[in-house]
Amino acid sequence: MASSYEMYQEQILDHYKRPRNKGVLQPASHHAKESNPLCGDEIAMTVQVDGSERIADVRFDGQGCAISQASASMLTVSVKGKPVSAAKALSKEDMLTALGIPLSAVRMKCALLSLHTLRKALGETSPDA
Amino acid sequence: MARAAKVLLNVPSVRKDFPIFQRLIHDKPLVYLDSAATSQRPKQVIDATTDYYSRYNANVHRAIYELGEEATREFEGARERIAEFIHARSPAEVVFTKSTTESLNLVAYGWGIKGKLREGDEIVGSVMEHHSNHVPWHFVRDHKGAVLKYAGIDDDGRLRTEDYDELITKRTKIVTVTQCSNVLGTINPVDEIAKRAHEVGAICVVDAAQSVPHMPVDVQALGCDFLAFSGHKMLGPTGIGVLYGRSDILEATEPLLGGGEMIREVHLGSAKWNDVPYKFEGGTPNVAGVIGLGAAVDYLSGLGMEAVRAHETDLTAYALERLGDLSGVRLYGLDDPHRRAGVVSFTMDQVHPHDVASILDVEGICIRSGHHCAQPLMERFQLPATSRASFYVYNDADDIDRLVAGLKKVQQVFS
Repeated sequence: MASSYEMYQEQILDHYKRPRNKGVLQPASHHAKESNPLCGDEIAMTVQVDGSERIADVRFDGQGCAISQASASMLTVSVKGKPVSAAKALSKEDMLTALGIPLSAVRMKCALLSLHTLRKALGETSPDA
Repeated sequence: MARAAKVLLNVPSVRKDFPIFQRLIHDKPLVYLDSAATSQRPKQVIDATTDYYSRYNANVHRAIYELGEEATREFEGARERIAEFIHARSPAEVVFTKSTTESLNLVAYGWGIKGKLREGDEIVGSVMEHHSNHVPWHFVRDHKGAVLKYAGIDDDGRLRTEDYDELITKRTKIVTVTQCSNVLGTINPVDEIAKRAHEVGAICVVDAAQSVPHMPVDVQALGCDFLAFSGHKMLGPTGIGVLYGRSDILEATEPLLGGGEMIREVHLGSAKWNDVPYKFEGGTPNVAGVIGLGAAVDYLSGLGMEAVRAHETDLTAYALERLGDLSGVRLYGLDDPHRRAGVVSFTMDQVHPHDVASILDVEGICIRSGHHCAQPLMERFQLPATSRASFYVYNDADDIDRLVAGLKKVQQVFS
């Protein structure tokens, strides 16, 4: 693939086409839904937190572009089994590093939608997009 | 429908007038297919605004000195040419605003909220409207207790004008409709709709943001009472819009903005309005915008609006054919290019419109993706978003070939 398509590198396309942890957890101890009104991307996160404050399980559901859906999939993989505190500590920079792609300001909102949704589910206010 | 002598545009010569086509986007020549959002501007328009600022910059209407007289002459001259362009009866029927949105809000406020509308009076809109022709009427409903009703859209993208049989009643006071859909490109029979509105004593308000730039528009032939459009979609500057109003209706409409320019006399606690159209133009107007829009109208008149329309009809036919041949691409709107404008919405299987736009951008191709500020229409078709290519005087078949090649790349990336 041409280097100019680096936004759509293998990892992003793989998570977009074969999303991990997609669906709705029931029951879930925490949940939230967020959307990007500009482009109609939607992400819903359902999280089950266990007695030792770990993310026992997590699912995302939603619709949208490859960037928003792949980043949600990747985020669920990275926080599953981790302490809630670690998930809450994830920053915008952590997300962008994990994605490893250059993004315009508009597409940044797509990339960070899942992080905002997860933080909202866990009762944290979101950092600025 | 037979199209006599094909007086199409000389696109290579037109493109030379637009400085932006000299630049590269991601090292590729620019293919601009987003004119329904905003058009590019020719150097004649850019020069006209620069000329005002650099040679005869002054405030209009009250200056006693030469500069002010020149500015006023150019400003009012532009109003005359814009009035002629849409076949208004007089320049006084052309009100300058900042946008189509402001024009429609002026009508909703000045004729609706401050006007004679009563609780239970009905406003008939359509599902096809841009948000700017929905939300102002929500305001009227909220302030006056008016009732909002909407004409629907067929699956093929046609406005269901037969819905008006039920919708338009003796309670109807306003019928508002877009002349051309910014998503589907559908051209609506505004003359018939205006006639039906008048049969019950209602007024007809037309959103012409997508029609005035692209086809001959004659407000007298349409018979509408108000018609709104924007400069920036028709080769003119941003921040300048027009509200055409039939003179007697404008007389009966209250101003949206109070301030300088719009008054005849002011006393502590009271004021008398200036004449139409000045009573609607409170504050120093966008002088450069008006002068630039005058230059845009001159440019379009030079090309001929019949030729502009014929050119875009041909391009639309070609685009529908080429895109229709791509597997996995779904097109929206009427098949007949004579019943629609140069706006083509489409979706691709398995690829979100934002990803389509991102990959086309890498190819130097600008298209729009999203809900196009027409969420009720998108909900009607159960679409979260579409991609949209739109055409203007500087586009040709090569641009559509580049678009098709770009879409094949999109399919490769996502295959």
